[in-house]
Amino acid sequence: MPELIEVGLRLVVVLGAFLVVPLLVGQVEHKAMAHMQSRAGPMYAGGFHGWAQLVADGVKFVQKEDVVPAAADRRVFKLAPSVALLPYLVVMIAIPVGPGLVGQELDVGIFFVLAVMGIGVIGTLMGGWSSANKFSLLGGIRVAAQLVAYELPFVLAAASVAMAAGTLSLSGIVVAWSPWWLLWQAPAAFVFFVAGLAELQRPPFDMPVADAELVFGPYTEYGGLRFALFILAEYAGIVVLSALTTVLFLGGWHGPFEDQLGWLWTLTKIFLVAFVVVWVRVAYPRLREDQLQRLAWQGLVPLVLFQLAITAVGVVMTQ
Amino acid sequence: MSKRRAFPGVGLVKGLAVTMRNMTSRSVTAHYPDALPELPPRSRGVIALIEENCTVCMLCARECPAWCIYIDSHKDTIPATDEGGRDRSRNVLDRFAIDFSICMYCSICIEVCPFDALHWSPEFEYAELDIRELTHEKERLREWMWTVPAPPGLEEGAEPPKEITAAQKAAEKAAELSGRSGPMGAAHPDKSEGPA
Repeated sequence: MPELIEVGLRLVVVLGAFLVVPLLVGQVEHKAMAHMQSRAGPMYAGGFHGWAQLVADGVKFVQKEDVVPAAADRRVFKLAPSVALLPYLVVMIAIPVGPGLVGQELDVGIFFVLAVMGIGVIGTLMGGWSSANKFSLLGGIRVAAQLVAYELPFVLAAASVAMAAGTLSLSGIVVAWSPWWLLWQAPAAFVFFVAGLAELQRPPFDMPVADAELVFGPYTEYGGLRFALFILAEYAGIVVLSALTTVLFLGGWHGPFEDQLGWLWTLTKIFLVAFVVVWVRVAYPRLREDQLQRLAWQGLVPLVLFQLAITAVGVVMTQ
Repeated sequence: MSKRRAFPGVGLVKGLAVTMRNMTSRSVTAHYPDALPELPPRSRGVIALIEENCTVCMLCARECPAWCIYIDSHKDTIPATDEGGRDRSRNVLDRFAIDFSICMYCSICIEVCPFDALHWSPEFEYAELDIRELTHEKERLREWMWTVPAPPGLEEGAEPPKEITAAQKAAEKAAELSGRSGPMGAAHPDKSEGPA
């Protein structure tokens, strides 16, 4: 019985983090992006510098009418937002925040995380396909193309770390990590981060939702709560990507006083990476579809294959 | 290809640097409803009317390119005050209204008014929910008069205003006259200085 309670408690904590941290990242995006563009951002909601803006947005979204286009594939259309959102919740369960601080320790953690993350994109694809809208369809197809192109470098980059650590367990990778990996695995970290951005369709890789040409891509026909779920999925995706980058490449809970403050180190690193995600969004213009594909196939894939070779040499040398 | 090529990725880093610099410097947003804007002098907010100065000459209404000034008037006869005199007539302003939904703030009416009956006030917060409310009748236009600022002072080294030059000239002339005709002169130069 106490075991069950413990599992329940862990799940509640993960659910809480899943609901709160993406909102924090969203608020950081609101304010940081505003100041990077010399604006002030939200200032009113909640009284102090608009801290409750996203809560207000959520209330607004809930009040809206639930519209499903007449020609849409109703079931798929309604299901798509949850398919897009839930994988990130599931992934969060497996991410270790501190030694032992993990929803569920998995021996094949990295494999599980990568497999489940791929499903999130399926939700977007479902939304695009079922909307009965040409913009949605085009956006959905771009999502698929992007997924195919970037999943490969994404997985290979993660494989490089797994190879270096000699384990597929996320906690095991953090334990095996040592600071000089920052240099050794730098290309893999770069590829992992960039490919992850592309999988989340975050700018500068937001070709699928390019609002100037595709209205809002796969989300064109969505409104109200379902739209909010897609947006929440995007921010949950940022959190998961930042967390994975932290755990795989930045050493997770390693840092001064890691015995007591390990979890704080992990969270700090996650927020720093999330900030970079926002920063990159503001600084760079959107990549064109062909540039997007060229970057994946001619840039990231060769780079990460090269990294794999380096990792292999390193592993053989040090053993 | 003969051009010196920068290290690849330098542009990307520069982009990040620009946004970071922006983020760490103060935003330029004007927090308008919380902090009122600092308007430049002679801002054109709303037109104010001194009814007493208006002679119903209709110049403003006629010059208005948008035809947004409405003037109604009638003639009053003032009976002669002395024996054998003529009755005099004067214009009485019945209605003076400016439709600010049409007005394009060109300032021509104010320039053209020969009696300084129209003035710019910098007040700009008079949005309405009903477009008809944007037609300000003369009572409301009079109220704006309280918000008209004093004209800004002259720039350094500018010509003195016409009125002062004219008065000075008149005073000098009077002084010359009085100097020539002895103490009988009526004008005292030190008293006629300055504008009326």
